[in-house]
Amino acid sequence: MTTGTTALMDYDEVLARFDPVLGLEVHVELSTATKMFCGCANAFGALPNTHVCPTCLGLPGALPALNGAAVESAMRIGLALNCSIVPWCRFARKNYFYPDMPKNFQTSQYDEPIAVHGSLDVLLADGSTFTVAIERAHMEEDTGKSLHVGGADGRIHGASHSLLDYNRAGVPLIEIVTKPIVGAGARAPEIARAYVTVLRDLLRALGVSDVRMDQGSLRCDANVSLMPRGATTFGTRTETKNVNSLRSVERAVRHEMGRQAAVLAAGGEIVQETRHFDEVTGGTSPGRRKETSEDYRYFPEPDLVPIAPSDEWVARLRATLPELPGQRRARVRAEWGLSEPELRDLVNAGALDLIAATVDVGAPSAQARSWWVSYLSQQANARGVELAELPITPEQVARVIALVGSGALTNTLARQVVDGILAGEGEPDEVLATRGLAVVSDDAELTAAVDQALTAQPAIAGKIRAGKLAAAGAIVGEVMKATGGKADAQRVRELVLARCAP
Amino acid sequence: MSTELTRCSAAELAGRIHARELSAVEVTQAHLDRIAAVEGAVHAFLHLDPEAALSTAAAVDDGLARGNPPASPLAGVPLALKDVFTTLDMPTTCGSRMLQGWRPPYDATVTRRLRDAGVVILGKTNMDEFAMGSSTENSAYGPTHNPWDIDRVPGGSGGGSAAAVAAFEAPLAIGTDTGGSIRQPSALTGTVGVKPTYGGVSRYGLVAFSSSLDQGGPVARTVLDAALLHEVIGGYDPLDSTSIDAPVPPVARAARAGATGDLTGVRVGVVSQFRGQGYQPGVLRAFELAVSRLRELGAHVIEVSCPSFDHALPAYYLIAPSECSSNLARFDGMRYGLRVGDDGRHGAEEVMSLTRAAGFGPEVKRRIMLGTYALSAGYYDAYYGQAQKVRTLIIRDFAAAFERVDVLVSPTTPTTAFRLGERVDDPLAMYLSDLCTIPANLAGNAALSVPAGLSDDDGLPVGLQVMAPALADDRAYRVAAAYEAARNAAEGGPLSHRVPEMEVVG
Amino acid sequence: MPTVSRDEVAHLARLARLAVTEEELDLFAGQLEVILASVARVGEVAAADIPPTSHAVGLTDVFRADVPRPGLTQRQALSGAYETEGGRFRVPRILDES
Repeated sequence: MTTGTTALMDYDEVLARFDPVLGLEVHVELSTATKMFCGCANAFGALPNTHVCPTCLGLPGALPALNGAAVESAMRIGLALNCSIVPWCRFARKNYFYPDMPKNFQTSQYDEPIAVHGSLDVLLADGSTFTVAIERAHMEEDTGKSLHVGGADGRIHGASHSLLDYNRAGVPLIEIVTKPIVGAGARAPEIARAYVTVLRDLLRALGVSDVRMDQGSLRCDANVSLMPRGATTFGTRTETKNVNSLRSVERAVRHEMGRQAAVLAAGGEIVQETRHFDEVTGGTSPGRRKETSEDYRYFPEPDLVPIAPSDEWVARLRATLPELPGQRRARVRAEWGLSEPELRDLVNAGALDLIAATVDVGAPSAQARSWWVSYLSQQANARGVELAELPITPEQVARVIALVGSGALTNTLARQVVDGILAGEGEPDEVLATRGLAVVSDDAELTAAVDQALTAQPAIAGKIRAGKLAAAGAIVGEVMKATGGKADAQRVRELVLARCAP
Repeated sequence: MSTELTRCSAAELAGRIHARELSAVEVTQAHLDRIAAVEGAVHAFLHLDPEAALSTAAAVDDGLARGNPPASPLAGVPLALKDVFTTLDMPTTCGSRMLQGWRPPYDATVTRRLRDAGVVILGKTNMDEFAMGSSTENSAYGPTHNPWDIDRVPGGSGGGSAAAVAAFEAPLAIGTDTGGSIRQPSALTGTVGVKPTYGGVSRYGLVAFSSSLDQGGPVARTVLDAALLHEVIGGYDPLDSTSIDAPVPPVARAARAGATGDLTGVRVGVVSQFRGQGYQPGVLRAFELAVSRLRELGAHVIEVSCPSFDHALPAYYLIAPSECSSNLARFDGMRYGLRVGDDGRHGAEEVMSLTRAAGFGPEVKRRIMLGTYALSAGYYDAYYGQAQKVRTLIIRDFAAAFERVDVLVSPTTPTTAFRLGERVDDPLAMYLSDLCTIPANLAGNAALSVPAGLSDDDGLPVGLQVMAPALADDRAYRVAAAYEAARNAAEGGPLSHRVPEMEVVG
Repeated sequence: MPTVSRDEVAHLARLARLAVTEEELDLFAGQLEVILASVARVGEVAAADIPPTSHAVGLTDVFRADVPRPGLTQRQALSGAYETEGGRFRVPRILDES
């Protein structure tokens, strides 16, 4: 099970000899209040088996009842992806045994997905746009979670037994499947990552999901195959799972290209299989040998009736679509007067949508841009995460900007507030209060500090009194130090000069 | 006294309990006594809960004593519940070793409605394992015996419910009907059994055999009793997505109207496909007699051909096993029920396979295998897909027939009760028991079986099947009630009272 | 008449998670052949222009409001379990990744 010895072909050589074909399957957990087929709370992180009922536990006799809000989310996602909403569709049962699936079949859409044939434009680093064709978006249910006991660090191998928690079983999932992405060439890994990024931003804008890759509410399976350059018949593909960050999407695709190329070049054959991405090594290892799709014995779910979205219903949902990331980009570029390269830099930094969202909740665009592209970008870099993965929301950034604007915070203090938010200490105002970061705006308190500094530094005080105003900086510095940086330096300077005035 | 009570209809018992001439407790006790006396010979029940039954009965009596109106027209009346509905206070085994001793953490909607109606649940009745069978011999807990001849089967899968009612162990029972599992046992035991329109009675908490066909329904000794029970358990349930959001058809009113004995203007179609080879001559003669009685009551009887019905049986034996192979997948020993082979060496997958091999009986395994085959890629179109097309044709045949007639009639089953063991090793012969009942399941419409006298060749009960369009359950009740009244009048009382006396224990 | 091989039966049994003995392979193969032969005539009737029926009642668009409803307590949820540990169902080791 080690991946350390996997042979990889040099990337340039891969591209010289092969054309990659990608297929991306993204699973999105919807943030509905309840599960797909029962009224259990759809919540992350509860005590095991406390958000369960006869239906999601698959108890004998229990039946599904479809969550209308989940269906509407599916339709809105389809519309936002330029898909057609089908006039009639059903659920099917996908039959296979696995202990985390209580009924031993997954209720899913099979040959009748609710949304079909869409597209999503993906902006690449060089400023070009790549259009990814969407095959389908369909509804299904999530599985429970298994914990493997007795093996090394919760891994399945060597485990003595497993423990099952079904809180997640039945959580609504939308699976979005691309058509085969051909012609990506060297940019295949970048396109994969950019696609998932844009899709995530779009889903966030729709407000249908938390889209947290780290918590599994957004999951990407990357199908990769290679064909000799110039060929038109696709090679055998592998499906890489457990790709839990945007960066991993890119790494996993790149790794699979190199691995498959090495296998093919050595005269080997690619095995159609599920592979597991390892975040640490960046490699993939074989997972479960899948039951082929022939073995799933799909048939229409008899316990649920068909869904027949009317034109009126679709039109009503279309009207609820918010401004989507692509539209927003075009608008802010015009409104902020950005040049194409400036826009591209913001997009590449993953900052544009965050800035726009910050502006949308009331922050001036200059400050919003400044925060996201400088201090917050530094923090993201330091943590090795995407800007959007920082645990701070545009609303919180806008609040910090407002606090600075009102004089309640200095820029220095504001950074400390942001640090507090990033450290999980709560909302801006809470951090400000608990860390005691408010600007000392009480003149009496400041004057006392100024007097204390002047007394402690009689020589400097003398210089100031003698008209050497530049010397005031030293006193201001002392006062700032004494107040823990919580004073407005400009005001302190005024007070120093006032106290030294003849 | 107590014997008299067990011979009363549910309507009569309810009337006397509500008038406070009788207590629900004494009625319940009378039935418990009867069960104690005959259960050894019949074996209708898998589980009895006398204490809970008596306490429910006492609560009904208390309410009435305090001047509260009865919770329903059947409040205080005892009932036997097929062991396929979940019950919080009793095990639910479905006649399977797989679920031996399993106590569900929830009540089925039918169970809940019975409780809310003040119906006294005596216990859970025997059945073919997971409702697969036509004789109740597939129960993991031993067969039920037909009260008319204890060497014969009571039919199935709901043989326990039908036998309990026929043996006066309960005036009412609940069954489920996927291909005839209420009607065929009723025919074989001389009781009334109704498969309501699909979607008319909630399936929530009914352990699924074939989801698109399963339907719970009443078993009783009179048409009116069945109708009263139908109204208690029927109606919309948001927990069942296939439940029909409409009022329960007025079946009790129809039963009362029918009992006045006038069918003038009612058009009755005799299904021409359901006779001939394979039908017991005595059954056909009883059926012809029943049809002539309908004519005497004023019905206009014509012959109706439903050619697709010839394909109903094969379509059923593809659809039902296919759905069952999926529905029964959940029984894997991981979360509830039997677990076999968990010795620290076997992994989960092996334990699942060992558990299922040990927990399921031969008929269930056979159907799981058949369904797994029929749904497989490469066979799906030829088997499952074709069967669903047959289903369409059967629906069309019914629709065309109901253009011409109000109800269709046929024998409920081709033969009377067969001997225990007679068909156990011949699945195809066993499957023929449901020949006439299956079309209504495939189409989803209402159908019932009402006693049609005894077959003159073996002296065993014969059932008359009355089929009505979906949501027109009341039509079937009206015709059945009229026929029942006429037959009782002509033959000197209800057929159910002619059941032989059983050797009474104690 | 359709033929069902022992290998096919073994594959079906694996899909259905039914441990089968060598004798049962033959038994099931024989039974399946007999039953399949008797149901094969569904193929005779229905032509291409006949739509399949999956649901007997023609309902569509049956939805539940997205409102939480009390479910089971952890104790109730685990009440039927063969074995539990830390509020979870304890099962034999799972051999493969999903």
